[in-house]
Amino acid sequence: MLIKRIQLLGRIGLAFLGDIGRATLILYHALVGKPDWVHGFGRLIQQLYSVGVLSLVIIILSGLFIGMVLALQGYTILVKFGAEHALGQLISLSLVRELGPVVSALLFAGRAGSALTAEIGLMKTTEQLSSMEMMGIDPLRRIIAPRFWAGQISMPLLALIFNCVAILGGYTVGVEWLGVDTGAFWANMQSAVDFYADVMNGVIKSVVFGTVITWIAVYQGNDCTPTSEGIGRATTRTVVYSSLAILGLDFFLTAVMFGET
Amino acid sequence: MHFKQTATHKVMKPNLDNLVEIRQLHFMRNSRVIFEGININVTRGKVTAVMGPSGSGKTTLLRLIGGQLNPDSGKVVVEGENIAKLSRQKLYESRQRMGMLFQSGALFTDISVFENVAFPLREHTDLPESMIRDLVLMKLQAVGLRGACQLMPGELSGGMARRVALARALAMDPSLIMFDEPFAGQDPISMGVLVQLIRLLNDALKMTTIIVSHDVKETMSIADYIYIIADGRIMGEGKPEDLLQSGTPWVQQFIQGLPDGPVPFHYPARGFANDLWNETV
Repeated sequence: MLIKRIQLLGRIGLAFLGDIGRATLILYHALVGKPDWVHGFGRLIQQLYSVGVLSLVIIILSGLFIGMVLALQGYTILVKFGAEHALGQLISLSLVRELGPVVSALLFAGRAGSALTAEIGLMKTTEQLSSMEMMGIDPLRRIIAPRFWAGQISMPLLALIFNCVAILGGYTVGVEWLGVDTGAFWANMQSAVDFYADVMNGVIKSVVFGTVITWIAVYQGNDCTPTSEGIGRATTRTVVYSSLAILGLDFFLTAVMFGET
Repeated sequence: MHFKQTATHKVMKPNLDNLVEIRQLHFMRNSRVIFEGININVTRGKVTAVMGPSGSGKTTLLRLIGGQLNPDSGKVVVEGENIAKLSRQKLYESRQRMGMLFQSGALFTDISVFENVAFPLREHTDLPESMIRDLVLMKLQAVGLRGACQLMPGELSGGMARRVALARALAMDPSLIMFDEPFAGQDPISMGVLVQLIRLLNDALKMTTIIVSHDVKETMSIADYIYIIADGRIMGEGKPEDLLQSGTPWVQQFIQGLPDGPVPFHYPARGFANDLWNETV
């Protein structure tokens, strides 16, 4: 009985190490195999479209509503202390430091990450990746690398768009609807938000999240069991693992970036 | 390095007649033995068939030749190079001289028939667009599908998809072409077309062909030499006419498609009476 449990533990450990090894190899090849700008530019643009541009609708709409809710909730609390003029500060700091990178990353994992996994998984299931290998074309360079770089580039841009739209949503509710002074709203925001400490740290978070999400997505697609059930499981794993990784890394990055202030 | 196969496969001398040489190949997957020391020669310019029942490792053999899998022991030598020992870059260079037709066709579903065939040319060469166009049309003409060049893969029948995949596999003029179950699931006309195409293209383009199949009649009609594998071993080998005369019961059962024989009709089980009397399965 004990021996069987030890064996099971060993099998799980070896499988985990195997996963880490294969995922690291994919990351290595994706990083080394960045698209060459002569032949690969078109592919990168195509992937930027499917990974980034097609995620715009969900990012913009979510950003708008989150900004509006933030303004509504913030106002109801601030107004009790007569501090509603600080609404701009509250919205902007919440967004650029936390909500922008984290929520946009969660949405990105759900929209683009799952699509990447499903697409690569289906290519594997229909032997398209194998046929590419047999043509002497490395799928890690031809398929994985452009998608990885597109995810890397798209994520911070989507987070910035999310922030801008959310601030506009907050402005609409706070200033246009609830009557907060326009000057106070923007002036407080301008004085409270530091470009490097707040905006750039948020961008760094987005870059890290983008890397992790696309890494998980392309690995799960490339490593899935080549059946319809396997693709389904891999897609679910992408969303679950990405979401957990985003939240865990966010805590770690926040502690490093803002822990001492 | 090349090796010449003798009757016992033990003495190995260089042999330039063989494009592919497999020696003492052992391969296991999840503790299941797939190959147990098999030896295979694929002669240049000939059509060599590997036949065997489903699950006997035929497709695995093609993947070992293409370097997509590595043997546990033994070697797979293609054009003098031990495939398992090649660096990643050399392996991909070597694959440019191979073509492989997958069972599903494996066409890229988001691009047209024309672009599918042009794909390897665009990836590996810097040929001008006009030349790529001419080459693609020539390959499609060879498989009789020039008129379908603007169709999408989803608009093709199964047989047409395989012919397009064949045109794509021929795009780089490979010296070796491998077919994984080319006749599976084909209607009689498509099957006849594929049978004829495989033989004609092999002879006209001076290629070497490996066919993996369990369609006995079709494969025997075009193969120059046949290996029959099962249970990780070679059960029989020879020219089609020799195999037809083979005295081995297993080979005869396979070739004639007999339901019972050395491969029993019943899956191993305990006594039938025991099963009927017991309530649990």
